Amino acid sequence: MNLFAEAFAWMLAPEQWTGNYALPKLLAEHLALTAISVLIAAVIAVPIGWLIGHTGKGREIAVAVSGAARAIPAFGLMILLVLLLGVLRIPEAAVITFVLLAIPSLLAGAYTGLEAIDRRIIDAAKAMGMTSWQVFWKVEVRLGLPLLVGGIRSALLQVIATVTIAAYVNLGGLGWPIIQGIPLQKFDQVLAGAILVAALALVVDLLLAAAQHAAVPAGLRTGSAPKRRERARSQASATATATA
Amino acid sequence: MNWVADNLGLIFDLTLVHLRQSIIPIVLGFVLSLPLGWVAWRFRLVRGPIIVLTGLLYTIPSLALLILLPSVAGYSARSEANLVIALTIYAVAILVRAVSDGLDSVDDDVRQAATATGFAAWRRFWAVEFPLAGPVILAGLRVTAVSTISLATVGILIGVTNLGYLFTNGLDRRIIAEVFAGIIAVVVIALVIDLILLLLGRALMPWTRAASKPAAARALAVGAPA
Repeated sequence: MNLFAEAFAWMLAPEQWTGNYALPKLLAEHLALTAISVLIAAVIAVPIGWLIGHTGKGREIAVAVSGAARAIPAFGLMILLVLLLGVLRIPEAAVITFVLLAIPSLLAGAYTGLEAIDRRIIDAAKAMGMTSWQVFWKVEVRLGLPLLVGGIRSALLQVIATVTIAAYVNLGGLGWPIIQGIPLQKFDQVLAGAILVAALALVVDLLLAAAQHAAVPAGLRTGSAPKRRERARSQASATATATA
Repeated sequence: MNWVADNLGLIFDLTLVHLRQSIIPIVLGFVLSLPLGWVAWRFRLVRGPIIVLTGLLYTIPSLALLILLPSVAGYSARSEANLVIALTIYAVAILVRAVSDGLDSVDDDVRQAATATGFAAWRRFWAVEFPLAGPVILAGLRVTAVSTISLATVGILIGVTNLGYLFTNGLDRRIIAEVFAGIIAVVVIALVIDLILLLLGRALMPWTRAASKPAAARALAVGAPA
């Protein structure tokens, strides 16, 4: 594993800690692009997803749009937008790509979260005299939260993976050591970049897995859940938990 | 659109290469996932580790995986085999879960009835459990197929030529039509393969035509790697 030793040596070399392509700066760029894009996507997708889940209408359209979106290669879409918007607006073109990429997962997380709720719970809430708004905000949103966090998790991972590729249009981020290093055959640098990107994705995945666990309302967490509910939940989380 | 008319041959050739590079991982992934998914479903003890391990592999961004795999295993990163292996790993990650969930979806009463009728384990799997798990597995396979075809374009970044070439070449030469043609070609072959799988599923599992909605919707919510 000499190659790995060289990669770690490259990472620790002082040149990688100063200047325009310093590793902390690349990491910050990667995280900032990811956070901004997922945030914008969430502002768009979560209310729509909740509306679909609450009313039960428009689901087919959301499923069709999300399915078709998966066929579009993110790398190609980003390059197309860069060419269409011009080289001066590369960050905008990239962010639009990432937002479009993140929307299907967030949308699915939002509406499957509401759909997975036992109808009897909704009926019980209505029978107690809750208004439609109260049912939505006090029951549906809380119970749907774990699946929504699952959607956020997959959106984040997809965007982190795609920001890596975005280094191809000089956007910086942790993909830069990889993309810049390949043509120059600097394999220590390329491998170091790959290790860092993989580590970042794994750390974010673990953090969001913990958040997903914490998002289960306390009342549902205590004691041993009946087997049926457990299975329903694990099936539902399979729906929204997807990664890039 | 002059560029497209002048380069139909190139687009066609790249499409064929692209199909080869994506269909092999889809088929390999399916074949590998059947036993793995069955083991994960049958033996609770290994289920957690298998699902976690494939999930972690799926988490690793494609560009990183395309560099890490050859570094660990000691083969060339710039080979078509590297891309095919990485795409197969992603396919296995989606499909192991789909197979195990599919087997989970088979009603236990049906399983017991089959055993009582005299089906031994091997025959029960192929004649009863596998067909009944079919809709969920097919939904997973369709997601795998579409995302594999779309993801394969990243291969161009490690020097493996396919439809992704139209993206990088189009950017270098600033030809919007070339990039656009690349995207359209990828989307079209993804949708055609998806349609073929859908029709194949209907032909092989005629009983699902009315009831396939939940399974399909479920799989559609699973994200694609980038």
